[in-house]
Parts: sequence; structure tokens; C-alpha cells
Amino acid sequence: MTQERTVLTGKHFMQGDIACAEGAIAAGCRFFAGYPITPATEIAERMARRLPEVDGVYVQMEDELGSMAAVIGASYAGVKSMTATSGPGFSLMQENIGLAVMTETPCVVVNIMRGGPSTGQPTKPGQQDVMQARWGSHGDYEIIALAPSSVQEMFDLTIEAFNLSEIYRVPVFVLADEIVGHMWERVTIPSENAIKRVNRKRPRTLPEKYVPFLPDRDLVPPMASFGEGYRFYATGLTHDETGHPRTDTAKAQQELVQRLCDKIRKNREKIVRVSANMLEDAEVMVVAYGTTSRSAMSAVREAREKGFKAGLLRLITLWPFPDKEIAELAKRVRAIVVPEMNCGQIVREVERAAKETSVIFMPKLGEEPHRPVEILDAIQRGSYK
Amino acid sequence: MSEDSHPFERFLRDGMMPHIWCEGCGNGIILNCFVRALKDIEIDVNKVVVVSGIGCIGRLSGYTNTDSYHTTHGRAIAFATGAKLANPELKTVVISGDGDLFAIGGNHFIHAARRNVDIQVICANNFNYGMTGGQYGPTTPLKAWTTTTPYGNIEHPFNLVHLAAASGAVYVARWTTLHVRRLTESIKKVLQKEGFSFIEVITPCPEIYGRRNKMATGIEMMNWFKTAAEIRNASDPAEAEISPEKIVVGEFIDAEKPTYDHLLREMMKQVQERIRGEK
Ligand SMILES: Cc1ncc(C[n+]2csc(CCOP(=O)(O)OP(=O)(O)O)c2C)c(N)n1
Ligand code: SF4
Ligand SMILES: [Mg+2]
Repeated sequence: MTQERTVLTGKHFMQGDIACAEGAIAAGCRFFAGYPITPATEIAERMARRLPEVDGVYVQMEDELGSMAAVIGASYAGVKSMTATSGPGFSLMQENIGLAVMTETPCVVVNIMRGGPSTGQPTKPGQQDVMQARWGSHGDYEIIALAPSSVQEMFDLTIEAFNLSEIYRVPVFVLADEIVGHMWERVTIPSENAIKRVNRKRPRTLPEKYVPFLPDRDLVPPMASFGEGYRFYATGLTHDETGHPRTDTAKAQQELVQRLCDKIRKNREKIVRVSANMLEDAEVMVVAYGTTSRSAMSAVREAREKGFKAGLLRLITLWPFPDKEIAELAKRVRAIVVPEMNCGQIVREVERAAKETSVIFMPKLGEEPHRPVEILDAIQRGSYK
Repeated sequence: MSEDSHPFERFLRDGMMPHIWCEGCGNGIILNCFVRALKDIEIDVNKVVVVSGIGCIGRLSGYTNTDSYHTTHGRAIAFATGAKLANPELKTVVISGDGDLFAIGGNHFIHAARRNVDIQVICANNFNYGMTGGQYGPTTPLKAWTTTTPYGNIEHPFNLVHLAAASGAVYVARWTTLHVRRLTESIKKVLQKEGFSFIEVITPCPEIYGRRNKMATGIEMMNWFKTAAEIRNASDPAEAEISPEKIVVGEFIDAEKPTYDHLLREMMKQVQERIRGEK
């Protein structure tokens, strides 16, 4: 296999979706199962072309239910795996996303968000699936979701998504809006050696001694792959450390589900990432993510030029939610402005963290992202609060 | 190696017994035939992955001492497709129910067969949804009584072997749990075969299905299989009827066709050779 084909080191003018595919390959992803859907199709197309070059498998499944199941199967066979979709497909994946959570399967699911509900506006942007990403599958669980806001981040955060999924044995979402997915920008792809790749923890015991769901102190169990002689059983039923079903005791349910939540909650400091801009002396803080954060950045700069003390907190991690970070900053500002391409989703989380600080919500639906002038107007209103 | 206390012990998972199945249920026979086949052909069990969906028979994957995975309802074949394509050395066997494979999971079945993914599928057809208490499903005979056909079933059932053949399966057979030896031979055959293979096993569910259809015990259901079964190897699966009077069983198809896995690896090799040539 040719090294230079694995990581396309250099500067490129690239589409977000394509950068996502390249990030996946650079992270070591060698299996993609998907079903075409606008505006994520370009990821599948790139993977179909690229994976065979690097000894990887692209398979186009009959639907997204199957895609998600195949991704889990490939991960259990020991191969870093992913799928990419948009709203309707993301809905179909939810049951098996729960299965991936329950069987602690490292994998990456990319959702290039379009306008919903239902078929909605396939070619238009949205940020309407952020709550579905958190709560879409039934039962209690914690999940990780990253929100890229540039083509560069489509590359970088896809790698990060793989690394986090391998560390915590959890599906990780890359939640990008259609604009980030479809836009073309300059991307710098580092050299092969400069790319940080993390692989799942492997069993340190002999197969006879392997207890497949016995966690280490970080609450994550080491993972064997099929075909290595460990001969383990995994099930979506509530199970104990041996993996055997335990469907009738409260203890088993408490222990397992609590650990699945805690392995993310207790490691949240290592997972959560935000980018703070001009917030040192800010009186108004804009909280935004994805494309919206770019309009917000322009608005904050303009506000500063006009003499308003504005700053931007850009959310890179959406889940687990950066509530501590927001709570800290909320104490120091007069108002928080939250622009989102939906009818109000992340704003609820911001309100929860902000406590008494007033929150100005700016919904947006349809074709266009927020214009900086609209956000600027809200910043000005916030300044007089 | 020390002597096994039971000839199949090393093929069964410690700690998972007793199994959940009712008295007179045929699922144990299927498990028995499967592990006997594993033993007889001396396959490297470390490479065998047993995948099942949800249902009574879906618990089988927990009972085999292999790598095994219990998926969501209907997704066993799709899961197995991912595992098999990711690691071609695996022998991925799907063992699941008629409802799991042909109602909620029907789409995966026909497409995996069409692709000729190297997966071996064994379907325990008990004519109903046993696990949920006996509702009708895609193989329930016309007029049969189930909890959701209180006035008799008005839906036509699938002929599974015909469906498998039409979808492109390279091996298609049907047996009942009475045909233990022939079923075991079929399983041995598919474990050594490449390509999408399908074995339908007609199996008694006396507790949930039989009771409502004048066959309240396993013995009564087995008696039906005994009087009705007619072996017709190499016959047209389209004609393989299942009725109170006749259950056509046999090995209908045993063919060769390039597998998806093979075509995929060929394509990858060509792509990589082309790249090397370009340099
Ligand atoms: C998505 C989903 N829908 C419904 C169910 C409930 N359910 C569990 S098993 C089953 C039917 C299983 O029937 P079959 O595959 O024939 O297996 P059997 O129990 O007869 O062996 C159903 C409907 C489920 N687990 N998941
Ligand atoms: S309900 Fe039917 S299929 Fe299920 S275990 Fe009982 S007899 Fe077997
Ligand atoms: Mg059934």
C-alpha cells in the first residue's frame, strides 16, 4: 500500500464532505457502509474511490438501518469504521446507534444536517438534529458529538471523532451543517507522522481469562476482535461484565447503564472542547457552533469596532455539553446571544447553564445562515440589558 | 488437551445454560446440529462468528462458544456483512427466526443474497413470532390461528426457499427438525462453502404456535413433519409447498458464483496495482 495515498499531505482546495472522508482515512478508517443522501453523498463517493486504494472496504447498503449494523459488525471485526448520512438516514440509524452504545462499539457517524422534519429541504442547511444526536435512541446514555465549522475542521474533527470513539468505546458523531459539508476552502493536511491516531485498548489477558465487559479504572473495558480466539459474546440486552444477558435484576441495569453514562461524564474534562474568542472583557457573549459561529465571529468583530465588548464562545464539542464552561462565563457577562439554524435546541442547554444571565435566542430556518448584521443587532440589544 | 465431559462441551458457552427454550421446542435441535457440524468438520472455531437477531432462536448465538453477537431485531445479516467484509477470514453464520429474517429484516436478506456475500444463514421457521407470544408473521400459513389472527390468518406466507433462490443464494435447502442427520450434513456443507447460503429449518413451537393449531406438544408437531415431509432434492424451490398434507424438503440449489468478497478483493488489488504502475 502506498503511504502518500493514505494521507494526502499538503495544501488543498477541498470540499467539506471530501475533507471529512480524507480525515477518516487519515485516522485509520478502513470500512464505510452507507446509503446515498444529500448533502452527505460526497463523503460516500469519496470513500468509494479512496478506500480500495488503501485496502479499505466501501459497501453501499440497502438502507441506513443496515449501514449502521454493518458499521458495528466491522468494528467488532477490528476495523475502524464509519457511516455518513443526513436527517432521514440519521433517524433510521437510531436503533442501532443504541446498539453501538450498549455493546460499546467504537465507530463514527457523520450527519451533514439539512432542513427537516421528514424529507424537509434536502439541499439546505439546518442545525435541527443536535437534540436527536443527544437523545435519538431510546434509553439512557451519553454520547459524544463534534461540530466542525470549517473545511479544515471537517478533516481535523473527523480524526478526533475516531480517536474519541476508540478511547471511550462509544459512537461519536460529526454534526456538520450542509454549508460546512458543501463549502470549498483551503485545507492543510499534515504529514503522516504528525497525525495523532488512537487505537482501542486491547485485552491484556489470555483468551480464557478475558472478561469482555470488565472495565478498567477509566470505566472502559479493553476490546477483543472477532477471530482472535477470545470467543466472546456481545448483546444489546442488559448484560454483566461477562457479556451474559441479565434482564431481570435491577443491579445489572444500574451497573451497566450507569457505567455507560459515567465513562463519558467522568471523562468530560478530557473530551469537551470550546474556542473562546475575545471573551476576557466581554459583556455580551455569543454562543454558536458550525456555520453559525462564522457569522457570529464577523458580528463580534464588527461589534468591537463599534465599541461593544462582545465575544464568541464557539462550541466544538456539542455533547457532552460544555455547560461548566458556559456557566463560568455567564457569571461575567450581561447577556448571551445564541443564534441557531433551528427553532431552539442548544439554546435550552445554554439557558440551563446560564442560570440568571439573560439569553437572547435567534432562530433561523431555511436557506440562509444568520447574517452578521442580525447577530450584531442582538449583541447591541444585549449590551443594554 | 483433557477429555471433554460431554462431546459438545467445548462448543457451548459456560454459564449460559440452562437455555430459555420451552419444552418441546425445536431450537435445541438446531443448536445441536450446528455444534455437531462444527465438531465434525474440524473447522477453526476461533474464526467462526455466530450472529443472531431478536427472538427465541436469536438467543442461540449466546449458547455457542464462538465469537458471537446478538444484534437488534432484523439486523443480523447486515451486521454479519460488515464483520465478514472487514475480516474475510471470518466464517460468519447467521442463525435467526422467520420474523427476524423475513419481516423486519427481509430487505437485508434479499440484498445480501443478491450481492452473494459469503454468509451462511440458518432460519428457524416456527411459523410465528414465538418470543412475543405468538403473533402471525411472514411465514404463518393461511388460515392459521395466532394471537393477532383471532379469526384465522388472511395473509399469504412467503415460500422462503423460493425467495432465497430468486434473490441469488448459491445454496438453498429446507429441512425440518426431524431431519437431524440431513440438516447436520447441510450445515457442514455450507460451513465449507463460499457464498450466500440459506438453510430453512421448520421447527416446532408447540408452546405458542402448536397449541393454537391443534398440535399442543412437540411430539405432535414432529408427527406432522414426519407424515407430511417429502424429500425432493434438486427440485424447483418454487414448487416446495408447505401444507398440512405436505412439506417439501431437500437441497434445492448448490451452485457456484463469484462472491462479493472475492469481487471486492479483486477490485482492490487492481486499484492498488494501477496506483503502483502510475508511480
Ligand atoms: C424493533 C423491534 N420491534 C419489535 C420487537 C419485538 N420482538 C422481539 S422478538 C420478535 C419476533 C421474533 O420472531 P422470530 O424472528 O420468528 O423468532 P422466534 O421468537 O419465533 O424464534 C419481536 C416482534 C423488537 N425486539 N424490536
Ligand atoms: S415460544 Fe416457541 S420458539 Fe420460543 S422457546 Fe417456546 S417453543 Fe420455542
Ligand atoms: Mg419465529
